[in-house]
Formats: sequence, structure tokens, C-alpha cells
Amino acid sequence: MSQPNVVMSVRHVDAKISIIDIQGDITALAENALMEAISQANMPSVRAIILNFGGLEFMNSGGIGLLVTLLIRMNRQKQHLLAYGLSEHYKHIFELTRLNEVIGVYDTEVGAVAAAARLT
Amino acid sequence: MTTPSTPSGDMQPRDATYWAQQGTNLKLSDVPAGAINLNVEGRSVVGPLQGFGKMWQKTYRVRLVDALVQPTEVIATWKENFQSFWPKGNRFYAPLTGITPGEVALLNLKTGGMPLSTGVLVLYADDESFTLMTPQGHMFAGWITFSAYVDDGATVAQAQVLMRANDPIYEMGLTMGGHKQEDKFWEHTLKSLAARFGVLAPVQIQAVCVDPKRKWAHAKNIRHNAAMRTVLSAPSRWFHRGRKQ
Repeated sequence: MSQPNVVMSVRHVDAKISIIDIQGDITALAENALMEAISQANMPSVRAIILNFGGLEFMNSGGIGLLVTLLIRMNRQKQHLLAYGLSEHYKHIFELTRLNEVIGVYDTEVGAVAAAARLT
Repeated sequence: MTTPSTPSGDMQPRDATYWAQQGTNLKLSDVPAGAINLNVEGRSVVGPLQGFGKMWQKTYRVRLVDALVQPTEVIATWKENFQSFWPKGNRFYAPLTGITPGEVALLNLKTGGMPLSTGVLVLYADDESFTLMTPQGHMFAGWITFSAYVDDGATVAQAQVLMRANDPIYEMGLTMGGHKQEDKFWEHTLKSLAARFGVLAPVQIQAVCVDPKRKWAHAKNIRHNAAMRTVLSAPSRWFHRGRKQ
């Protein structure tokens, strides 16, 4: 199988909120990279993880499936998943797949962090 | 002489043309002759997060060993002949334009001996994969992705379902043999696809329960149940058919 074309880096906003910056492609091949980033982001006190899609270059339906399974996993741990930085195109995909109904989507990092702070 | 300016499409992401562009409500462009058109027009598509039952990810794979065929060729063949690989008694009425993003296909199925008329949206399609998403009333809420890739020197064809049963009746049906029936359906499909490339190979099936919780808040999805609506509308269809003759 092909190699994943994605780089993810983790920032800790505070003890309860982490951000994962995504640069590249979200496909099923990104699963290991995403799970590695999640485990880095997931300090014991973290209650919300925010995905920064500002660097997203490509996403297919396998990538959407990956986000669904990630969301379920986080819900099970009573954590929240939020997103920002989506272009209009990717906002449309979130709407079409109805991911926007369960993942809070924000335009800016400030907005997403504020929403995460309210949730935690 | 000036060079025409490049359309702003250059700024589009690489996947821009692979995704359906419309809203979440289905619109049929045409109804093929012989197809029962029920439970599709105006229905919203539903993802695995909008369904009722346990969430499952089921993967069906066949290795096309010794077949000198590229993934793109497998997917092109699969798209073009999608219906022909299905078990008898089930119909997939492909859109006139084929399996392209945003198109809606009608499905006339037999589930547990009962007729079921529903449809699917072509959510995503590129050269190596395509995804069909289900509407309200379908047996499951979710999508199924058909793909092909090279693994360890062989091309692998795969169907992967991410779904929940749409309502409590379907959930009961899936628990009482429906999952096995679905496994047989896709096993038949992949074996037929492999046979098209001269390969006789077993189909690997992997089922993972992604979320064992049922979403009781979505039990009301039952009002859209396409199986019940198909059965209840049968007398009316027979009456109209009789009048036409």
C-alpha cells in the first residue's frame, strides 16, 4: 500500500485542551499518524482535542470514516472533538456527511479554543 | 495575444471533483424503466452517526493473485458493471452517467424475502475508490467504500461498510441473521468481481464493532423505514399497474 502523505503536530493549549495541526492528506492511510498524534495529545487531564484542518490538502471517504471512528473513540472516553480551519470545500463535505452535527466546526483557533473551554 | 486566465479552479483542492456537490437531500435525475422508485426523492442522506444500532465496520477483501490488473482497472470495471456482480434478485439501477459523484442510484432489493426499494448517493468517486451513502429509511445509516490497492505484489479489491442499523426494526433484523445475509451478499459480489479477472479466491471478512451502544434518540428513524413503506405501498403499485394495462 502507499505511504501516508500527512504530518501531524501536537500543541497543548492547557491541561484540558490540545490541538493537532494537520498538514497533508487525510485518507485511511493516515490512521497510524492520527492515532499517534491523538496519543501525544491525550494527556490524562485532556477533555477536548481540536483538529486544525488549515493544512488539509486532500481527503477521501476513507478519511471521513477515520474521523467518525476517532469521534466514537473520544466520546467513549467522555472527551470532545472540535475542528477549525476547514475551507469551504471541506465544510461542505462535513455537512454532506453530517459530521458537522457531531463535531463542533469553528472558523478560527480562538473560536474553537473558546468553545472547548466552555465544554470542559 | 493574451493567454486566457487560468480558472480559479486551480485553487481547488485535489479532491474537489471527487465529492458530491449537492446538499444532503436526494434528487433523482431519471427513473430507469422497471425500477420501483420509492423512499428516495427528497430523503436526506444519513451517516453512521445518525443511525440507531451498534456501529460496525465490516471489511470484505479479495486478493486478485496472479491477475495482472491495476487498481484503477479493477475500479473502472467495478463501476461499469456494478449490478452484474450482485446476487440474483437484487437490482442496482445505475444512473445514466454511471457511478459519478452526486448521482443517485435506485436499489430494488430482497431482504429476508421481503422487497425493499431504496437508493444511494454516490458520495465520492475517484480512480481507485468510490463510496455510496445511504438515505433515511435504508437498512443502514452509513456508507460503503469500494476500493482497490496493491498489497504485497497483488491487487486487492475491497468493500468496506461503516454503518449502524437505521432503526430498531432493522437492528433486530441484522441481529437475527441480517449480518450473515449481508456478509453473503458482499462475498458473492467480490467473488464475482474476482472471477471477472480470472481469479478464484476466498473473500476475507473482518467485522469490528466500533460502538456497541445503540442510539435510542434515533429510534424514531423508524418512521422512514423503507421496507415497511415498500410493503405497504405494494397494493397501490399493483392497482396503478393494472390500470395502465
